[in-house]
Amino acid sequence: MTALVKLDRVSRRFGEALALDNVSLEIEPGRIVGLLGPNGAGKTTLLSLVQGLRRASSGTVKLFGGNPADARNRTLLGCTPQETALPATLRVREVIDFVGAHFANAVARDHLAEEFGLTDLLARQAGSLSGGQKRRLSVALAFVGRPRLVLLDEPTTGLDVDARRTLWAAVRRQQDAGATVVITSHYLEEIEALAERVLVMSEGRVLVDNDLSAVLDQVGLRLMRLTTSQPDAVLALGGVVDARAESDGSHTFFVQDADAVVTQVVRAGIPFSGLTVRGATLEEAFLTLTAEKGA
Amino acid sequence: MSTMKLALVHTKYSLLETMRVPIAVVGNVVFPAFVLLLFVVPQSAIAADPQLATQAVISVAIFAGMSNALFSFGLNISEEREKPWDPYVRTLPISGMVRVLGYIFSIGLIGFVSLIPVVVIGAVMTAAEASAGRVVFGLISLTVAMLPFMLIGICLGYALSSKAAIAVVQVVMFSLAFIGGLLLPPALFAPWLNTLSTFFPSRQVRELVIWAVQGGDLAPWAWIGILGWTAVMLALALLLFRRDEGRRFR
Repeated sequence: MTALVKLDRVSRRFGEALALDNVSLEIEPGRIVGLLGPNGAGKTTLLSLVQGLRRASSGTVKLFGGNPADARNRTLLGCTPQETALPATLRVREVIDFVGAHFANAVARDHLAEEFGLTDLLARQAGSLSGGQKRRLSVALAFVGRPRLVLLDEPTTGLDVDARRTLWAAVRRQQDAGATVVITSHYLEEIEALAERVLVMSEGRVLVDNDLSAVLDQVGLRLMRLTTSQPDAVLALGGVVDARAESDGSHTFFVQDADAVVTQVVRAGIPFSGLTVRGATLEEAFLTLTAEKGA
Repeated sequence: MSTMKLALVHTKYSLLETMRVPIAVVGNVVFPAFVLLLFVVPQSAIAADPQLATQAVISVAIFAGMSNALFSFGLNISEEREKPWDPYVRTLPISGMVRVLGYIFSIGLIGFVSLIPVVVIGAVMTAAEASAGRVVFGLISLTVAMLPFMLIGICLGYALSSKAAIAVVQVVMFSLAFIGGLLLPPALFAPWLNTLSTFFPSRQVRELVIWAVQGGDLAPWAWIGILGWTAVMLALALLLFRRDEGRRFR
């Protein structure tokens, strides 16, 4: 099976800034690919190259084996507009019909509306929809043309938990129906819920390209903060990845499994006080990742 | 999916969007009629002379068509490019030709509608005269002859940000209107200015429409010039469309 997308040593500059730094990757049909990284990591730039919106400064980008800037190579590509982008005065029905007119074999409007929970909204103007409804419409538009490859850029940012789960379910059904979905997010939770293969990006480079479970082991760290007289003893325990001294004299430890580490600290009789545990943000997880690579 | 069919789809939805803000349409349609009412009708020396009045109505019609073409295209496109819907539409499997034709049809239709009050006011309130057949021929030639201005507007829209476009379009429009003899009749031009004028599409279009409505001879440079400007501007518009990457910041 040929790759849907192939990037070969691709870089993209914006003036002085290097948004993508020598990225090579292939996306094959079948698995939902999650593109995870903090803001400014290069995720959106990468998608815009695949969509043919921008050109690479160097290297080659292939979409279905051809140049993405050529309209003919985009007939099997589905993308989403930002939810603020929908033409405010057009009705939902008209927006779907407009996009559908570009594809030879578009999904029937009513069927699509049902799939994404838009049936009751078809007669409304797009500008009158709530944030969640706009998101559902935006994501639905990506699937109008029965695409083989779908690029979803931060599809659920700003949505509440219920709306997010509804959208995820719809995306999974589309994936099962044969579309390959690439999804960018800076939420680990979203990538966890959907992706099978995960690319972690930072500063224009792909740091990690692996199965979801492998990536979760690497970035799914917990932060354990406590005050102790023996920080080195804690760092030496199993499952403790890294340590950082805080300005108030306490220490923060990056740990795989906080419960297990706390148990070990107690068993080892290490004195401590002021224990707090929280999930690491992606940025923090990335920082430890990059630090490990550099070491 | 054929280019023309898709261009009509874009035209339909672009018109739908415009129609939902009716005042925008009214403004476009009423403006040329106002120009005629304020600048031609009160001047009895022109309004009472059939020959001069007819030419004045034609000049206003061209001025209206030109301002619609330059403003609507230049500003609409530069604004659209700054909206996030535009990059989405660019991911759809369509060529630059579809977008350009869609703009031409939708904005062209509104421009065409705005000519109707000009013709009516010209016929009723001035001494301008032409047979119905001549008026229709004049409107058709004017519509075709708007192509170079539409394309100039499209080029400005793709080349400039919306704020820059407003300034540049105004300068371009008044320069073209003057050099084309739409503000002052070319009969008042110095010989060198008259010669220079024949190289500009506004003058070429003026000659073409006057020929269509009043008859007489059409100098070859008029239609050759219009064809030349259309070809060059179409090539430039498509080039700018392909080069466009949406918003540009430094």
